[in-house]
Amino acid sequence: MTMTVALSPPPRSRLRAAARVVLHDRVMLWSLLLLLLLIAVSVFAPLLTAHDPAILSPRDRLKGVSAAHWLGTDSLGRDLFARIIYGGRLSITLAVLVSVSSVIVGLLFGLVAGFFRRLDAPIMRLMDGIMAIPGLLLAIAMVALGGAQISTMVLAIAIPEVPRIARLVRSVVLSVREEPYVEASFGMGSSTLRVLVWHILPSTINPLVVQATFVCAAAILTEAVLGFLGLGFPPEVPSLGSIIAEGRPYFQRAPWIILFPGTFLALLILAINMFGDALRDRLDPRLARKGRN
Amino acid sequence: MTTCTTPILEVRHLHVRLPGTSDRTYAAQDISLTVAPKEIVCIVGESGSGKSVTAGAVMGLLPPGVLTLESGQILLEGRDITHSTRGQLRALRGDRMAMIFQEPMTALNPLMRVGDQIAEVFEFHQPSLNAAQVAERVLALLVDVKLPSPQTLRSAFPHQLSGGQRQRVMIAMALAMKPALIIADEPTTALDVTSQAQVLRLLDELRDKHDNGVLFITHDFDVVAEIADRVIVMQHGRIVESGSAAEVLRNPQQPYTKKLLAAVPRGDFGARPQDGATDTVLSVKDLRVRYETASFFASRRRVVNALGGVTLSLARGETLGIVGESGSGKTTLGRCLAHMAAPTSGQILLDGIDVTHLNRSQWRAHCKRVQMIFQDPYRSFNPRMKIGTSLAEGPMNYGESREAVQARMLRMLALVQLDASALDRFPHEFSGGQRQRLSIARALMMEPEVLIADEAVSALDVSVQAQILDLLEEIRERLGLSIVFITHDLRVAARLCHRIAVMQQGVVVELGTARQVFEHPSATYTRELLAAIPGKKAHAEALEAVA
Repeated sequence: MTMTVALSPPPRSRLRAAARVVLHDRVMLWSLLLLLLLIAVSVFAPLLTAHDPAILSPRDRLKGVSAAHWLGTDSLGRDLFARIIYGGRLSITLAVLVSVSSVIVGLLFGLVAGFFRRLDAPIMRLMDGIMAIPGLLLAIAMVALGGAQISTMVLAIAIPEVPRIARLVRSVVLSVREEPYVEASFGMGSSTLRVLVWHILPSTINPLVVQATFVCAAAILTEAVLGFLGLGFPPEVPSLGSIIAEGRPYFQRAPWIILFPGTFLALLILAINMFGDALRDRLDPRLARKGRN
Repeated sequence: MTTCTTPILEVRHLHVRLPGTSDRTYAAQDISLTVAPKEIVCIVGESGSGKSVTAGAVMGLLPPGVLTLESGQILLEGRDITHSTRGQLRALRGDRMAMIFQEPMTALNPLMRVGDQIAEVFEFHQPSLNAAQVAERVLALLVDVKLPSPQTLRSAFPHQLSGGQRQRVMIAMALAMKPALIIADEPTTALDVTSQAQVLRLLDELRDKHDNGVLFITHDFDVVAEIADRVIVMQHGRIVESGSAAEVLRNPQQPYTKKLLAAVPRGDFGARPQDGATDTVLSVKDLRVRYETASFFASRRRVVNALGGVTLSLARGETLGIVGESGSGKTTLGRCLAHMAAPTSGQILLDGIDVTHLNRSQWRAHCKRVQMIFQDPYRSFNPRMKIGTSLAEGPMNYGESREAVQARMLRMLALVQLDASALDRFPHEFSGGQRQRLSIARALMMEPEVLIADEAVSALDVSVQAQILDLLEEIRERLGLSIVFITHDLRVAARLCHRIAVMQQGVVVELGTARQVFEHPSATYTRELLAAIPGKKAHAEALEAVA
């Protein structure tokens, strides 16, 4: 007797399945489009504007929107459009570096804490300790000590994010570890490393991708705050925070200096968070059923 | 049975439509049935037969937007409730009709005392009663359902009761307003066999006292034989056969009913005797497992003896059944044998070698020889991996070549009677029975000497269950395997096992050949278990018919 296995349609490629999801989910579609637009503008900054964001031209100071200066100029006559998109470039680079590094470190801690019972308590207490440090304060202290280099900034913003990611990964590992298929794998002589990599790591990827988007948003905001407080990069490096800070004294005469970078920052954060939310609705099985459908 | 007055429930040509993408149009198609006062009508069917949908339609509890009642009529005590509004139905539910669910733990509110939960029914349906009257009624109900010391149990929380007691609380709630109709959806499936027998007897007695009809949904023909006045057999959303219980069980007309009845394990001893030398392959000596609950205060710590000194041996080519109710330690024993739990003391000998205290890497040398088949076929495969990857995992761990593994995978799939195309599929594409076959194939990939099957057929429909049991028996014979078969169901154990060990509270209370245990049980507990098997009358008759 041969059993006939009920034939489902041939599995589509993952890419095409993902494309279908994106096209059907309006929130995801629009937030993704906005995000891609903002990223493209930042990445192709040198192609989009002929102005150098650092060149001063006192004659053109505090000019409004014009054909020469699309978004006007600041108090030192620098082109605002160029400064915003170069600032965005910096923000996005930083966000990617922060989320990649914090995800890698948090993933390692979370896997170890969730899988090895003995290391669970020490690692998680360490994480609790890090969580107790106010993130912004740590960043200010580290930048003040280490100077405004990109590596210091990444470290300063990434450290407070690590415990949250470790906790997330640990909770996933704790539940997957008890699944019969994990026991079965041990029963077939798999080594611990193999079980971790084959059976447990893949289940953490979905929630991690979602969490990484929120880390991105938080990193961009923290960098902007540091810039605004004057603790970020040196003044000649454009950053969304420092542009806003420099525009503050001229708010009544030239409100665009604050308005445009503020809008750019808000749109960037909004796009990232909305995309993250939509992703979570799709990827997190606990929330997926409740939300829509 | 009472002579036919107006039936309590009459369902006429009910059609319940499934959403567009399903494999069939109707979840329930052209269902007509009646339930008279004091009558118990059983709907029997395998999973997906539409039996629960029928019950849900009567209660007005179909999930909105998914299942739609397309046509037909439902009359409760002569009143058409087919198109009643939600408010009208809510007033009827609990008052004129009540439901008992499969899993009493999830149907009860865990944060509320059970007495208060029963009282809640009165608060909603009879707000005129004062507190003292309600308390009195609640107590009377708890007495009716024969809960021990009802006065104290009324203020217990659900988790403090046993499964059988919780189900009795559910029945008390259902009976609160003296409903005309009780719908019981697999009410004993989650219970141990002794509690099941008690709950069935209770339902049988209560209908005389409360004049209610019962619509009883089950997959178990033995339960039907125990309790039903009339039987309705369903398949693929249609009624296949219906009639009085005696008629249908003794003289089934339809091939499907015959097939289902034939699949019911019925004290027939199916294990073919093993031949040749019978040396011991696996044995345990005085195995003990103690758990201590963690608490900061020493006085609060509780010690649980999961295993209290078990000594057993398994001969080569033998199937040893471990039978017990929940909490008997049978699963702990199986996990110790498969090295998934560590015993506190005692010895496990594999071919005379002590393997009790090997750590994970030392055990690796032996784990090929002992393989486990799990209960839940839906969780024992990694959902992200193709079957081929899962099957190959074990042998690849031992560095076997890809070609050898591939060839063996095809052989094993043929052995468990599955198509070779299964290798490229994901676990969710298979039915429960197919997955259990795959589980067996995966275990066999390691070329083990001992298989440990922990409730390996409990989650399956009877007809599938019978196929898997036959498959295990065939594989045991062909490959000369030894099997430790852990189950709560004596009937299943009888069908497959040479010897049966009955466990209670962590110790083996009886050990003997399947026939001995069934026909001349020595321990009191075994006799209780045997007496609790539903449908004994039918069994006795079946045995007489054979003799």
